[in-house]
Amino acid sequence: MSLGKTEVEYISRLAAIAVQDGEVDEVAAKLSNILDLFAQMEAADTQGVEPMAHPLDQVQRLRRDVISETDQHEKLQSVAPATSEGLYLVPQVIE
Amino acid sequence: MHNLTIKQMSEKLHAGEITSVQLTQHYLDRIAKYDGELNAYVTVTPELAMEMAKQADERLQNGTAELLTGIPVAHKDIFCTDGVKTSCSSKMLDNFIAPYDAHVVTQLKKVGMPILGKTNMDEFAMGSSSESSYYGPTRNPWDHQAVPGGSSGGAAAVIAAGLAPMATGTDTGGSIRQPAAFCGITGIKPTYGTVSRFGIVAYASSFDQAGPMTRSAEEAAWLLNAMAGFDERDSTSLQRDGADYAAELNQPLNGLKVGVPAEYFGEGLDPQVEKVVRDAIAEIQKQGAEIVEVSLPNKDLAVPSYYVLAPAEASSNLSRFDGVRFGHRCEKPKDLQDLYTRSRAEGFGAEVKRRIMVGAYALSAGFYDAYYLKAQKLRRMVRDDFTRAFEQCDVIMGPVAPTPAFNIGEKTDDPTSMYLADLYTIPVNLAGLPGLSVPAGFVNNRPVGLHIVGPYFSEAKLLNIAHQYQQATDWHKQMPAQYQ
Repeated sequence: MSLGKTEVEYISRLAAIAVQDGEVDEVAAKLSNILDLFAQMEAADTQGVEPMAHPLDQVQRLRRDVISETDQHEKLQSVAPATSEGLYLVPQVIE
Repeated sequence: MHNLTIKQMSEKLHAGEITSVQLTQHYLDRIAKYDGELNAYVTVTPELAMEMAKQADERLQNGTAELLTGIPVAHKDIFCTDGVKTSCSSKMLDNFIAPYDAHVVTQLKKVGMPILGKTNMDEFAMGSSSESSYYGPTRNPWDHQAVPGGSSGGAAAVIAAGLAPMATGTDTGGSIRQPAAFCGITGIKPTYGTVSRFGIVAYASSFDQAGPMTRSAEEAAWLLNAMAGFDERDSTSLQRDGADYAAELNQPLNGLKVGVPAEYFGEGLDPQVEKVVRDAIAEIQKQGAEIVEVSLPNKDLAVPSYYVLAPAEASSNLSRFDGVRFGHRCEKPKDLQDLYTRSRAEGFGAEVKRRIMVGAYALSAGFYDAYYLKAQKLRRMVRDDFTRAFEQCDVIMGPVAPTPAFNIGEKTDDPTSMYLADLYTIPVNLAGLPGLSVPAGFVNNRPVGLHIVGPYFSEAKLLNIAHQYQQATDWHKQMPAQYQ
């Protein structure tokens, strides 16, 4: 399968990763190679096989509904690029 | 001191013949001397190491020390370490000082193992050569032209070169076993769920599993005992109270049924690697094991299945890197979209971007059934192969990788050829089974590993087999000449 510029732009949007114009051809070529690898799956007969999402047949544990976390927001926010009064700062989203 | 076994180190520490401060300083000196050429560490933490060594010495003196108290350890740079840069070898996390400890780090701190530093790896554990690190490739101590394997390549290299006595690694598609094989050390990926994933930077959550990387199987068992255990902060952590991975080390191998799958010795396997692996299996046979032919017919479907599923999980896991809460943020974003897409484009390396993109594509409308669901069905078929094989044998043996360590730069232009370096290890991750790599010989002065895979929860048995093999062989004791 060979991807073109349109598909690369679509995938770039899905992944939220900017792709520069100069990179499109290389990205398209390498992603196409990976999709060729995926195509090897087509030949396998999977009729009646249940998808396997996880190696363990385990139910999610439940825990008691009690507070287990302490307030560490200052420590956790100390690694953020931009904060103010306990909030994360991003570019303006509402005009 | 770096030529001592962990057992000898521990005895000398407990007898007061050496102190943890001396031992830790010895390793820090070796790192200062040799790591410039190997690039196996991303961060060295001398102050933290010496502080912890002093505390360990107090415990050794007041009688509260355990077997591994005072033995230094190197953590793969994927384990969050409170107050220490945890980069995952990515520009994205180059500025990230972890605000808490991973469960594994907490466990080994409790034991009193001084932290020497954080080891280099493929960026976000996505690779088989440690070349995709933002900090440059790690070199294989046996041959500086060769890669150490990956993604836990730095961890394998520091053990091989004597720059740490013990190390932690993680294995999503072979990232403990393949570098262990390439560097001539012992590494085990336990059953999925054995070691808590809390504080490990997530790649593919239904595959990621941490394990020990050491010289010998006995040492791996001891370190696994310290790393494993139930942790309520990991929703897939298993409760296995009282598990002792060192309990079976000394069992004889009489009557052990070893399955040898024909599919693991087919096209693509280097004939010299095949000879080393077959000789190792013959040695285990000599100790009383019986060889059984088994079949894993869907082996070739494992690689494409894995490269759909792991990137799909990665595309979701790595969405947290948005330039807002932590990690790299682009300069002067013009709006929120620009902040996201440019921070991610600048912060991630090429292979990480490829996997996120291909994963997002596999999950997208119109492709979900053909890629994602299909891959999940193949995952079950690969797992069922193992289930059937284990009806006829106790463990399966074969090669860890199709070749010895390849050269730096050899596969970087062709990502899909790199993916095939993991064709024997990936099926084990798809199934969630335990797998071990044990040094079994050399091809052209580059180490080769024997792969031992067992049913769920057979870690103690795998370590037993490797330990018995290491009683009869000395591959695991060999060190590259310039690091002796």
